[in-house]
Amino acid sequence: MRFDVVQHLPALQVVIPLLGAVLAAFLRRGIVAWGLASVVTGLMPLIAGGLLWQVLQAGPISYHLGGWPPPWGIEYRVDVLNAFVLLLVSAVSAVMMPFARRSVAFEIEGDKQASFYSMYLLCLTGLLGITITGDAFNAFVFLEISSLSTYVLIAMGRDRRALLAAYQYLIMGTIGATFYVIGVGLLYLVTGSLNMVDIASRLGPASAEHFRPIVVALAFLTVGVSLKLALFPLHVWLPNAYAFAPSFATAFLAATATKVAVYLFIRIFFSIFGIAVSLESLRVCDVLLALSVAAMFIASVLAVYEQNLKRMLAYSSVAQIGYITFGIGLANQNGLTGGAVHLFNHALMKGALFLALGAVLYRAGTVKLAELGGIGRRMPLTFAAFVIAGLGIIGTPGTAGFISKWYLALGALDQGRWPLVFLIVASSLIALVYIGRVVEVAYFRATSEAAEKASDPPWNMLVPILVLAVATVYFGFFTELSAGIAAKAAQTLIGGLK
Amino acid sequence: MMLSQPPEALILAAILIPFIGALLIPVFHRVPNMRESVTLATAGALFLTVLGLLGPVLAGARPEALSIEVVPGLTLAFKVEPLGMLFALVASALWIVNSIYSIGYMRGNDEPRQTSYYVCFAVALGSTIGIAFAKNLFTLFLFYEALTLSTYPLVAHKANAEAIRGGRIYLLLLLGTSLVLLLPAIVLTWALAGTIEFTPGGILEGKASGAVIGLLLALYAFGIGKAALMPLHFWLPAAMVAPTPVSALLHAVAVVKAGVFAIVKVVVYVFGLDALRASGQGSWLIYVAGATVILASLVALRQDNLKKLLAYSTVSQLSYVVLAAAILTPISMVGAALHIAAHAVSKITLFFAAGSIYTAAHKTEISEMKGIGRRMPWTMGAFAIGALSMIGVPPTAGFLGKWFMLTGAMQTSQWFVVGVIVLSTLLNAGYFLPIVVTAFLREPDNNPHGEHHAHGEAPWPIVLALTATAIGTLALFWLPDIPLALARSMLEK
Repeated sequence: MRFDVVQHLPALQVVIPLLGAVLAAFLRRGIVAWGLASVVTGLMPLIAGGLLWQVLQAGPISYHLGGWPPPWGIEYRVDVLNAFVLLLVSAVSAVMMPFARRSVAFEIEGDKQASFYSMYLLCLTGLLGITITGDAFNAFVFLEISSLSTYVLIAMGRDRRALLAAYQYLIMGTIGATFYVIGVGLLYLVTGSLNMVDIASRLGPASAEHFRPIVVALAFLTVGVSLKLALFPLHVWLPNAYAFAPSFATAFLAATATKVAVYLFIRIFFSIFGIAVSLESLRVCDVLLALSVAAMFIASVLAVYEQNLKRMLAYSSVAQIGYITFGIGLANQNGLTGGAVHLFNHALMKGALFLALGAVLYRAGTVKLAELGGIGRRMPLTFAAFVIAGLGIIGTPGTAGFISKWYLALGALDQGRWPLVFLIVASSLIALVYIGRVVEVAYFRATSEAAEKASDPPWNMLVPILVLAVATVYFGFFTELSAGIAAKAAQTLIGGLK
Repeated sequence: MMLSQPPEALILAAILIPFIGALLIPVFHRVPNMRESVTLATAGALFLTVLGLLGPVLAGARPEALSIEVVPGLTLAFKVEPLGMLFALVASALWIVNSIYSIGYMRGNDEPRQTSYYVCFAVALGSTIGIAFAKNLFTLFLFYEALTLSTYPLVAHKANAEAIRGGRIYLLLLLGTSLVLLLPAIVLTWALAGTIEFTPGGILEGKASGAVIGLLLALYAFGIGKAALMPLHFWLPAAMVAPTPVSALLHAVAVVKAGVFAIVKVVVYVFGLDALRASGQGSWLIYVAGATVILASLVALRQDNLKKLLAYSTVSQLSYVVLAAAILTPISMVGAALHIAAHAVSKITLFFAAGSIYTAAHKTEISEMKGIGRRMPWTMGAFAIGALSMIGVPPTAGFLGKWFMLTGAMQTSQWFVVGVIVLSTLLNAGYFLPIVVTAFLREPDNNPHGEHHAHGEAPWPIVLALTATAIGTLALFWLPDIPLALARSMLEK
């Protein structure tokens, strides 16, 4: 029997990084582990691209792991939405890999580097697994894989406070995972199934009799996943984790981990509960909108007052995740498109910003704003990228961030809630303040001691930053791959709603 | 050669030339003469390219270029209509003069970071052309923001505390108003009309109730902060910390004119004159603009700092254009268009003169300028011509716009507007004539410090530039055919 690679792409998407992680654990030298991780990561977007192409050509793929048919066996199910997320996660990781070598070598001791890459690959495995699986419990397993490896990644930060941050996240993440598994358990009690499609089809008939457990299940799942995606006010673990983790880990997690959690959120909302019972009757959308708006404003204001730039960007992430969940809460075509496309755009922009900070740390040895006067003049290309990605966060036209805001605003108008339009744009004004503050110091203050010795980083660190910055502009004009696919995914999800 | 190209290629060339210039300028970072040659060549090429479009547009063509659909509803596209043609022509012609002036000023004052200065300038001009040729609100918005962003480093150029604060106000107010008010206005327009393309006669007729039209008009009028309508005007005085050539070309011509240009475009091509008049929602704009005209002049009366005075004068003069647009008659629209051109060439002359005085005599306050006209006859002669144009005295360009505005106001019996124009003319005379008198007729103080005593005229590029624009101010009065023809054809459906 011939082994058909194309047919097994869904399994390979997860198995390859898993094997890579195990292999990396046996390696000694950091550079070899980096090479392995790079090759593995480089394969991922090829597989994800192949899957997306297949899905766009022939519709959803259902892959039966080990040949066991669902709902008994584990099903990997790829449709437009998760193929899109798979491609995003794997492509951004692949772009970032060249940056890792020097940054990791600089920030992590030599004998720990190989295990860093091992944990990174394990985390990637978990994230891709959550995205690809069609099984609610299997998603929990991958959630734990990604979380546990993330704790280690964070704890490897060279600041000792990284340990505390990792511990904090460990507690919060464990609570989140527990809530998630309780939710899944309740659904299993009601429907007798763990397969998402199967649950969705059984939930509707069961809802008449078991409405309350279903609501409780939704509540547990929402809170559990919200902890992972750092929805305000469950975000408290995130600023410290991002601030003290190694630069590469921060950039990688910011661009991918929260995005995957958001994906799971969308899946639970629209592909399980939305199909079975009307979301309106659950009143969850309004709660989500309120929390999103709170995130957009409160986290943005916190970012304005933050001196540590990594933590500033972390707060900014919490605010930007608010935009994504805002789109989910709107639960209409334009709104969900806006949320999904912002998931994509934010990964690019925040990836670029965190990598740029990694380069600053590498060259200047600090990311405290007060110590970075004139750094923009010393690191012109790095900061050009920072400004471009920052404009994306503000959402000026010509950047990807504007596309997100346009859809979100239209989504709010479609609901007839035009005050929400003003909330969206008003919060971007706060982003202008915290990004503008950095620009002011970086370009117009006198050159500081730390900046004096700095210069643009070597090309293998610089290129990933520039690629992501260029992508921020590119996807502000050519949106077939971002908004085009997001709109398709939204159409499928909204079309399935009850 | 350039004139025989198809219009589509010319449009793209006009957009791209300044950006190409911006990329080339840093290449010659260490060779200032080459660097400035690149700026001059870019400015010259841009002007010729824009000029090449004039013939077809006057002949009635509305050439278009590019059409990239970003997402449904948002298309990057260009189309040259008469008002944009006029704006692009004025901006690109004055860029040449201003570049000559810049060379004299930046070298004369030994300013730092000249390379990034010229780069930002080129990007700003490219953005201006993009605004002028925008086919729809999205394209206009895109370049409008690009113009704010590219001029921010110029405002903060000096990098001292005052410049940084000025830049902060500038960025927050201009980006802020456009993000918080203009963007929702565009979203709302798209949701209501299903298009955001500039269309003769407007796109909103019958699409929205009176109250919504009123709300939209307010969002546009204040969202386009570059028009400096009170109370959102204070970014303009704050921007005066920039080097004078920046104030001259950008904050008297490109940036502020982009603001009033955008307002006129929105009134004519989004609301439509007839539709807006029929809705009865435009009248409050007359009062806001009228109040801005008078109040800004009153503030200008009290200024001793020459650039601050000029800034408030600009705030006042900009609102003439908004006022003319708000009267909603064709003839006042012609006045608005003419005033855009007339104020540009006159106000740049005044700023050139202010920069000339600063460069030669290091003086910024009017009270220090007693008798300075005797040392700097060219500078103050040009200043006098610019000042007369601000007041609106023939034979200067400023008379034309005011004439058409007054005619429009009288035709429609808008006596408030007539009163505003008359009163502000008196106020303008009240703060410009004393400067001229001080400069020429007052005896200089016996300078106790003896510093900067023996100065004459500013460096020759400065004198050349301000003489050219002063002549332009006079020439526009005698030869208004091209702007007039463009202004008139703007209103043909």
